[in-house]
Amino acid sequence: MATEHSKSSARFMIAPAVFVLLVWMLVPLCMTLYFSFADYRPMRNTFDAWIGFSNYASFLTSSSFLSSVMVTLQMVAGILLITIGGGVALALLLDQPMFGQGIVRILVIAPFFVMPTVSALVWKNMFFNVDNGLFSYLWKFFGAQPYDFLSQSPLLSIVVIVAWQWLPFATLILLTAVQSLSSEQLEAAEMDGAPGYSRFWYIILPHLSRAITVVILIQTIFLLSIFAEIFVTTNGAFGTRTLTYLVYQRVLESQNIGLGSAGGIVAVILANIVAIFLMRIVGKNLDN
Amino acid sequence: MARAISHRKKMMWTALAWGIGLLIFFPILWTFLTSFKAEATAIADPPVWFFFDWTTENYTAVLERSNYPLALMNSIIIAVGSTLLGIIIAVPAAWAMAFVPGKRTKDVLLWMLSNKMLPAVGVLYPLVLIAKYFDVLDSRILLVVILMLINLPIIVWMLYTYFREIPGEILEAARMDGANLKNEIIYVLTPMAVPGIASTILLNIILAWNEAFWTILLTTVNAAPLTKFIASFSAPEGLFYAKLSAASIMAIAPILIMGWFSQKQLVRGLTFGAVK
Amino acid sequence: MGRITLDKVQKKFGEVEVIPPLDLTIEDGEFVVFVGPSGCGKSTLLRLIAGLEDVTGGEIRIDGKPATDLPPAKRGLAMVFQSYALYPHMSVRKNIAFPMKMAGMDQAEQERRITKAADALNLTDYLDRRPGQLSGGQRQRVAIGRAIVREPAAFLFDEPLSNLDAALRVGMRMEISELHKTLATTMVYVTHDQVEAMTMADKIVVLRAGHIEQVGSPLELYKAPRNTFVAGFIGSPKMNLLTGATAAKHNASTIGIRPEHLDVVSEGGTFTGRVGVAEHLGSDTFFHVHIPEMTEPMTVRAGGEVGLRHGDTIHLEPRAEHIHRFDDKGLRFACHA
Repeated sequence: MATEHSKSSARFMIAPAVFVLLVWMLVPLCMTLYFSFADYRPMRNTFDAWIGFSNYASFLTSSSFLSSVMVTLQMVAGILLITIGGGVALALLLDQPMFGQGIVRILVIAPFFVMPTVSALVWKNMFFNVDNGLFSYLWKFFGAQPYDFLSQSPLLSIVVIVAWQWLPFATLILLTAVQSLSSEQLEAAEMDGAPGYSRFWYIILPHLSRAITVVILIQTIFLLSIFAEIFVTTNGAFGTRTLTYLVYQRVLESQNIGLGSAGGIVAVILANIVAIFLMRIVGKNLDN
Repeated sequence: MARAISHRKKMMWTALAWGIGLLIFFPILWTFLTSFKAEATAIADPPVWFFFDWTTENYTAVLERSNYPLALMNSIIIAVGSTLLGIIIAVPAAWAMAFVPGKRTKDVLLWMLSNKMLPAVGVLYPLVLIAKYFDVLDSRILLVVILMLINLPIIVWMLYTYFREIPGEILEAARMDGANLKNEIIYVLTPMAVPGIASTILLNIILAWNEAFWTILLTTVNAAPLTKFIASFSAPEGLFYAKLSAASIMAIAPILIMGWFSQKQLVRGLTFGAVK
Repeated sequence: MGRITLDKVQKKFGEVEVIPPLDLTIEDGEFVVFVGPSGCGKSTLLRLIAGLEDVTGGEIRIDGKPATDLPPAKRGLAMVFQSYALYPHMSVRKNIAFPMKMAGMDQAEQERRITKAADALNLTDYLDRRPGQLSGGQRQRVAIGRAIVREPAAFLFDEPLSNLDAALRVGMRMEISELHKTLATTMVYVTHDQVEAMTMADKIVVLRAGHIEQVGSPLELYKAPRNTFVAGFIGSPKMNLLTGATAAKHNASTIGIRPEHLDVVSEGGTFTGRVGVAEHLGSDTFFHVHIPEMTEPMTVRAGGEVGLRHGDTIHLEPRAEHIHRFDDKGLRFACHA
């Protein structure tokens, strides 16, 4: 019974949330947009309100931009590969009959709840450290030379840390999707004579495709703005400077606000491209 | 469904799943073990597993000698405060959208979601400027507000999906049974909405507790929560493993326990209802 | 206590007229069934009576008093919903007590009525359970219990049996009929199942697209359907409708013959055809016969076991006194030719 009265009070109830989000979205973004056209370096007392697109030009043509985009892409792709592949495998594994399923599930999802700075520090010191890390002991145990992960393969190290954190997320969502697959469908496929791998390929994987897409999109959104893990481990050195980190350095470390703001706007645009796809999927789901 | 599964097969799956589960959990387990070792034992070569002199001295050391209590307090205030503030703003909005849907409800929901996707660096400097202008840099109130804002879309969405599951016929039944609007809210709607609100609070406390961009960049000491505290735990190589572990365990333990209780809500909350 | 009058009641959703102005009187103590295909407006009509939807025009009176603008709670009606709409967070006892609590009834009286209702509905052992722990049939009984304790002027049922399986449905059908006999309270019952309508109703209201097609007792509707729609809707299996030359022989544009009014004869007969599907139930035999006069197979009901099989030739003779004749608008001719 949606009467006129209830409709106007509904608007009144939604207003605060819309208002604060509108302010939150527009005010800082407009400021960033404004700074992105200015030459603003507070440390040198430089402020020139309008220098056109030269910030964008120098940001986009700098070698650090291109390399940061490459690093970001490699990092996101690497993490997605591990989490999706591992997530599908783990989801199928957890769906099997076993003893203590609940406990295994608790063990598997635990890393998601570890704060990023803790997981980065734990991995950095207690696993990757070349002198005292567990991996070094493991390498020595097998007679190999200890490997300095963070300086030899810094990107891979960060990928491992973040993938460890996000694997539970992918697993949990894919497990939900696996469990929603009707067993009758699988039994029908079995009756039709499909062997195990065909059942996976033709029934399970298509059923999971939507969940996989959602996981990819949501993770991408979050992964594009990875910060703490880099901040704690390499501080952006050794080719681990992502776009997010580059902008952070331009803005807060070298205090080149104009250049950093232009970079921020670029990051916003790139993130929006991914967001549009995610919103389409979510929006479709709202209709039913 | 019911099909006899051979015992051997089940044992095999059990062994495999437990093996992989423990492997994934291992870093947390190792941190836990290390936190009870003396510093020298922590970096012993070869590594020591279970048989060492268990000590709680690292925990007392962390609690006594550092800013840990302050950081813990800050984490609690910021996580709980931002979540409650968000709930207060989100409950009416989600309520209205679920029960009095209009033509634009869907657009408003999607627009809110798009807020969540805004990369934080895009607005980093303006936020610093605004915080400086209001003289709230390194203050709890700043982080409460910012974390509320970044999680508000998720809070609204989660509540919306919960509220939408309350069937309209039940509200009509209450009306037929003679309940006026006040009684309808007290006896029927609220009891049915409380579990959803509680789950939303739980998940958002977790998200706010672990947030590590704004908390690191906008605090120094006074308002620094555990994320920042741990990040500044710059241990000279290998000397402080046990204390780092103790601090880490204290920082993650409460949230880990809350997280285990909220695993179901996690899927709903972070996929915006796209996976059920 | 429980006479409901609808006076030119009309309902529009936006520009769409779901129920054109309609008059109907439901007498006190009557069991009235609204029946029709889905989307015919029967549920909307019930919800208008309940007060869950606002009428666009016209007036609703309950026991002579205007109720059009009363909120649902003030109309003194109780409703049983299709999904039962039990409060999931309350025990069965609290569910049943809820309307009495809302009415501010004293505790002792509440207890007395709960005990009585639980007794009547076989719910005594389940009073402290939550709805989630009950079977479909038990939930249905709780919903009915919640309705009867209020001692309402009338009960409204919105397709209450559609979520139950077939066996349970027959049982609940009889329980509701029993309940009506015991309480002698007005009941308005919505269903799309004509068997429910025929077995339970004192009065059936056949609806199509918001229009009342016919009002009458089950037998009136069976014996004298006012038009081809009612003729085809009431009765199971469906009436055979024939047009063209066959109908013209009876000076009608359509004639209708019920399956039970066709006799299988050894030779001759008005219709001759080939048996398609033969359903042997023991007590009855149903034949679906392909005849040149009809595009669809003609349904025939023969008492007992008749030994004809698929593909056999069959001769049929309708009973002349049971042939229904309809004019070119589909309306029934007043009397036989």
